[in-house]
Amino acid sequence: MPNAQFEHKWGMVADLDKCTGCQACVIACQAENNIPINTKDYFLQRRAYEWIRIERYWEGEYPNVKARFMPVLCQHCENAPCEPVCPVFATYHNEEGLNVQVYNRCVGTRYCINNCPYQVRMFNFWHPNWPARMENQLNPDVTVRSRGITEKCTFCVQRIRRGELQVEARDGNRLNDETISGGNYDPACVQACPTNALMFGDLQDSNAAIKPYFDDVNAHPGHGEHDRETRGYRLLEEMNTRPSVIYLKKIDKYPLEAGH
Amino acid sequence: MQEGKVLPAAQINRDLLRSILETPRWFWPVVSILGLVVLAATITIGIMINTGLGITGLNYKVVWGFFITNFVFWIGISHAGVMLSAILRLAKAEWRRPATRAAEVLTIFSLMTAMIMPIIHTGRPWRILYWAFPYDFARGIWPNIRPPLVWDPSAILTYLTSSTLFVLIALVPDFAVLRDRTTGWPKIVYTMLAMGWEGNPRQWKLQIIAGVLLSALILPVFVSVHSIVSWDFGMAVAIKSWHSTVFAPYFVVGAVHSGVSAVVFAMILLRWAYGWQDYIRHEHIDALGRLLIVVATGWFYFLVMEIIFGIYGLEGDELAVRALQFLPGEYGVAYNVWMIVFVGITYFLPVILWLPKAWRRNLWIMSAACISVNVGMWLERYLLFVPGQANKQFLTFTWNDYLPRWPEALIVAATFAFVSMLMLLFSRVFPLVPLYDIKEGDILRTEMQIGRRKLTATFRED
Repeated sequence: MPNAQFEHKWGMVADLDKCTGCQACVIACQAENNIPINTKDYFLQRRAYEWIRIERYWEGEYPNVKARFMPVLCQHCENAPCEPVCPVFATYHNEEGLNVQVYNRCVGTRYCINNCPYQVRMFNFWHPNWPARMENQLNPDVTVRSRGITEKCTFCVQRIRRGELQVEARDGNRLNDETISGGNYDPACVQACPTNALMFGDLQDSNAAIKPYFDDVNAHPGHGEHDRETRGYRLLEEMNTRPSVIYLKKIDKYPLEAGH
Repeated sequence: MQEGKVLPAAQINRDLLRSILETPRWFWPVVSILGLVVLAATITIGIMINTGLGITGLNYKVVWGFFITNFVFWIGISHAGVMLSAILRLAKAEWRRPATRAAEVLTIFSLMTAMIMPIIHTGRPWRILYWAFPYDFARGIWPNIRPPLVWDPSAILTYLTSSTLFVLIALVPDFAVLRDRTTGWPKIVYTMLAMGWEGNPRQWKLQIIAGVLLSALILPVFVSVHSIVSWDFGMAVAIKSWHSTVFAPYFVVGAVHSGVSAVVFAMILLRWAYGWQDYIRHEHIDALGRLLIVVATGWFYFLVMEIIFGIYGLEGDELAVRALQFLPGEYGVAYNVWMIVFVGITYFLPVILWLPKAWRRNLWIMSAACISVNVGMWLERYLLFVPGQANKQFLTFTWNDYLPRWPEALIVAATFAFVSMLMLLFSRVFPLVPLYDIKEGDILRTEMQIGRRKLTATFRED
């Protein structure tokens, strides 16, 4: 560990009221994490994948219709169903609350994919290829995964590590909201989001902006979404996976008209 | 209920060793054809390892397909071995005698075949060596023993080991017979395998004790192996229709259903191929048919229960999977049609065929029923595993169906060729009907006068 002196527990808040479904996070993630280009072939084979995807839901009937968007990424569950089923410990929980994937260990049993209720784990069916000149833009901090392994969102662990090295180990200061966003240490999706719908932070830091949302959701466990002061909820709370990502409900200023 | 005449020991030896001492004309052509299929599949596996799982039909949603279906199917077939030899031996069912070894050997070969499947199904098969053979507890590199995928190899290797011991111990007296009837290098091999068997009372006693002990010890394995295989699915929380507590007994009974059917079919084939009409008799097939009615009905009960348990909770996602399984689909593959076909050919058709005594004694009808059961049981596994994955789960955006591509189809077909080939090769080297067991049955058999009828019965002191 680069920093023994500070403890972290990383978390994210996705404000669905701000999300416009623009997919900037998807592209940022694709570029940051050396994810193979989703070609037409990949789509036709139904093997195209993203580490963060925008789910779109239609509500109502035309013409009285609304589109809802929800970014779904690895929830970094505290009680992750994918972790106990890996025979080689390729996925485990690290001390910073991250659900990490060790590509070298992975043998590709794909049990974790089946056991993930959020469907964010993806299998590499082919060896990744980029057009020759695009290989120059691969991120040197991120492994290019070979075929035959499972991969998923890491909360851009390479950026977190860089922050821990540059801010904590070198300067001796604890990472906080300001230094994280100031030094570009937050995940690529958070950085790219034009409406700031995604917020990233450290739950061990009492001043973190995301902390009140987590406190509120943790104080009212279960389905008590109406008991909560914020709009916060977790995805599939009833499965007790305890995700490190919290979603904030969309506010309907103009609800769908009834009777249509 | 025993029919047929008591044959002299010399004739039993001559008849049952015919498969070893003479080569039938059809033997090598058939083995070569099977071998070619296996070779083609081996090349395909090579290509698959070289280029990746991209050449299969799996996609981001359905990640366990034909290979896992086939794995569970062959594990199921392997359950015939314990069922026929251990349980029937402990239950002292006389009619088991000619079937035991074929069942045990089928167990060994189907286990071997089954174990190939999950290995080639992984993304990087060469890395499996790290964890399955043997799992490295000692150095504690990656000691995650929580996943059912680690319990699998433990259970299966235990089963394989005990079945192999079982077959070997039962083979020792027959090795001695072969040792005395061969010349040249086969004699040397059989001499070593016979381990100094002379047939004296002490050796017989030890052999019988070892057999009974192994039968008793193998019983827990009988329950555990397929239960553990079922937990590969039962433990998966995220896939609706998999996450079910009834899976373990359901799988075990289903395994006996398909396994015993497979043994019946194999015995009919062997009887026809090697002319063993005096040994594998109609009465044996008849008895196995009656056993199968019971097993099939038990299996059907669990099938219905599994569905009822699924529907009972009235959870939306679970109901969606069930709708995909049973209702006319708006999506791609019509699983409901397959479902009807599967229940029909796995339960109703064969059980109707097994009910009349005359049909149980008709080998053609028995073969048809047993093949139908096994096709159905293969379909069962497919219909259990794939719709659950193909179904839209809580969040995913798209439905995804699964269509296997040629590499998967070829490899699955080749597993059948592989097991048949191994069985044929085995029958060329070792007697597939236990000589000593048949003789023992003949010796124990006595005629009994009950009223005006003369019945055959078996007496023994225990």
